[in-house]
Amino acid sequence: MYQYDPYDHQIITQRIAQFRGQTERFLSGELKAEEFLPLRLQNGLYVQRLAPMLRINVPYGMINSTQLRRLARITRDYDKGYAHITTRQNIQLNWPDLADVPDILAELAEVEMHATQSSGNCIRNTTSDQLAGIAVEEEIDPRPYCEIIRQWSTLHPEFAFLPRKFKIAVTGSNSDRAAINVHDIGLRVIKNEHGEIGFRVIVGGGLGRTPVIGSLVREFLPEKDLLSYLDAILRVYNLLGRRDNKYKARIKILVKAMGVEKFAQLVEEEWAHLSDGEAVLTQEEIERCKNFFSAPSYATIDDNAAQAAVNTIAADNIAFEKWLSRNLCGHKIPGYAAVVLALKPTGVAPGDVTDRQLDIIADLADKYSFGEARTTHDQNIVLAEVKKSDLFILWQEAKAAGFATPNIGTLTDVICCPGGDFCSLANAKSIPIAEAIQRRFDDMDYVYDLGNIDLNISGCMNACGHHHVGHIGILGVDKKGREFYQIQLGGDSSENTALGKVLGPAFGESEIPDVIASILNVFVENRHEGEQFVETYNRIGLAPYKERAYAK
Amino acid sequence: MPNNTSIIKDGKIVNNQWQIVDENHSDLSQDYLLLPYSLWIANKDNLSQRVSEGKIGLLLEGEHNLQEQNDGLASFTLVTIRFPGFMDGRGFSVGRLLRERYNFTGDLRASGGVIRDQLCYLQRCGFSSFDLNDDINIEAALASLSDFSEGYQISVDLPTPLFRRRA
Repeated sequence: MYQYDPYDHQIITQRIAQFRGQTERFLSGELKAEEFLPLRLQNGLYVQRLAPMLRINVPYGMINSTQLRRLARITRDYDKGYAHITTRQNIQLNWPDLADVPDILAELAEVEMHATQSSGNCIRNTTSDQLAGIAVEEEIDPRPYCEIIRQWSTLHPEFAFLPRKFKIAVTGSNSDRAAINVHDIGLRVIKNEHGEIGFRVIVGGGLGRTPVIGSLVREFLPEKDLLSYLDAILRVYNLLGRRDNKYKARIKILVKAMGVEKFAQLVEEEWAHLSDGEAVLTQEEIERCKNFFSAPSYATIDDNAAQAAVNTIAADNIAFEKWLSRNLCGHKIPGYAAVVLALKPTGVAPGDVTDRQLDIIADLADKYSFGEARTTHDQNIVLAEVKKSDLFILWQEAKAAGFATPNIGTLTDVICCPGGDFCSLANAKSIPIAEAIQRRFDDMDYVYDLGNIDLNISGCMNACGHHHVGHIGILGVDKKGREFYQIQLGGDSSENTALGKVLGPAFGESEIPDVIASILNVFVENRHEGEQFVETYNRIGLAPYKERAYAK
Repeated sequence: MPNNTSIIKDGKIVNNQWQIVDENHSDLSQDYLLLPYSLWIANKDNLSQRVSEGKIGLLLEGEHNLQEQNDGLASFTLVTIRFPGFMDGRGFSVGRLLRERYNFTGDLRASGGVIRDQLCYLQRCGFSSFDLNDDINIEAALASLSDFSEGYQISVDLPTPLFRRRA
């Protein structure tokens, strides 16, 4: 994992001092609320329905046990003893006092964390694949490049007041767990035919009110040119992006309006001025960053023997067997696996963790995963480096702590924004919808039989719950002061990115579990052997689902 | 729009002798006028001598399109970029382009809708003086120029990025 040097510490320390001064000026009435607004947002601080909300960056999802324990302590000392994992791999506190935030940021800085640019019209935290560096099919570990981007984007003097927020995602794998096609910039780290590393550059994707799948702007960008090319894209956007209407201000609207060919041409012209000289990434810097993500000291393990031992235990323990089947991911190193700690047991807001659970995750990471964990965009935690021989004991400990719900990737592993219970933007509640669905579909055998289903819920069209790319998406809407829910089908956040289609008129809150049941019945009745939900949908289309859902 | 008697320049508070005029201003015989780009172009031949003597300055709006309108910029001793509001960040790019692509070496001034919390960023983008809205205490604002002593990126005031300077 990346470790700060004195430069990083100095920059973040000065950032806190700056924000402390700004907070004091605001509290004393010297700084106007409308001027403090973007300053606090760029330090992670929202003002929500009930209290301020502080969004803390987890750069590309990497977090270590020291940081987890500090977060646990912060939630105890400054908040109500829990935190929330967001759909962009960050961690949110729901109840901090505004005046305490500089102190919280100082506590975070001690463990090399920050909230800089976790909100506001600036370059946000760069997200990545939660299985980066260990996925079997991964070509290149994206994390060194994510860190290079983190530093470049942090306090970038030219791009702190963009037309709108700006999100970058990076993956080095064909199985896209970072949703690079629905980001302002999506980068796929690739090797060209000469074995040189570079990036396929996708621009102008996004969800929100106008969901768009990103467009290819460059087939191969050499790695040394990463930062100058990003500068060129951001400069074109900063100068030409719309500022007259916040709903049309994202880069996706600019790219659509001028056409991707024209946009790419402008970027290339700008880049021609920037690509040489000091901006070129040095091999030393790339190597320096790569060294932070070198392989930990893996044991040499006979994978067949390790797997056989696991299978033997599983043969006598159905609960363990089910957990293995859903909560495990493959690992490129023989004898190891990645384990997903499930944060969505029924009755808990998806992605919420208590202070005690944060401490336990830290302990589990120390015991079983080289002291590191990862946050995922589907709001779970991954321990990425677990020996197969530790799986049984880890399962028992995870179960005792409430992390072993064997539902990863299933219907009840719901992605869900905080919604109207917390968020001032929301049109409708989302957490109670997730819970109602989890309660209705509590028969795990049925849920397993349904296979992989991404069910995503957003409480408003800002789409923090990524409803457009859920196989089943649910969007909260407001109709004359009452909360209704629109259903979309067929979205997909993977490398086969697709935006869901609206089923029809919105439903009342109480109707949602029945409507979902109807949709699932259509799937079960129509699926071919071995077919997943989204595959059946793609084959038979929206009509049969619509007919059933609205049948009287 | 600001046209204050006191401004921040090169890290100090100094008197401002310059006056912003609009595009209909007819008497150009006066010294220390900041002219909109259109007025400069219309009177370019008559004014070029006084521009190079530092008697006439240029006023660019924050959304100014430098790629299309960049005639004679480098001959000015003062260019002011007027920000329509502090949330409109186009002027950061315009300032930087002026320095890095159009070779402007004179005084680059930010005027109008900027707040003291942006001074450090503006300085890094090449701005050397600041004509702030008059509700801002400029003595206190001076401190914001040194909010940061280090930055990761290439900037006008430090053209070598941190990754090339790290020991």
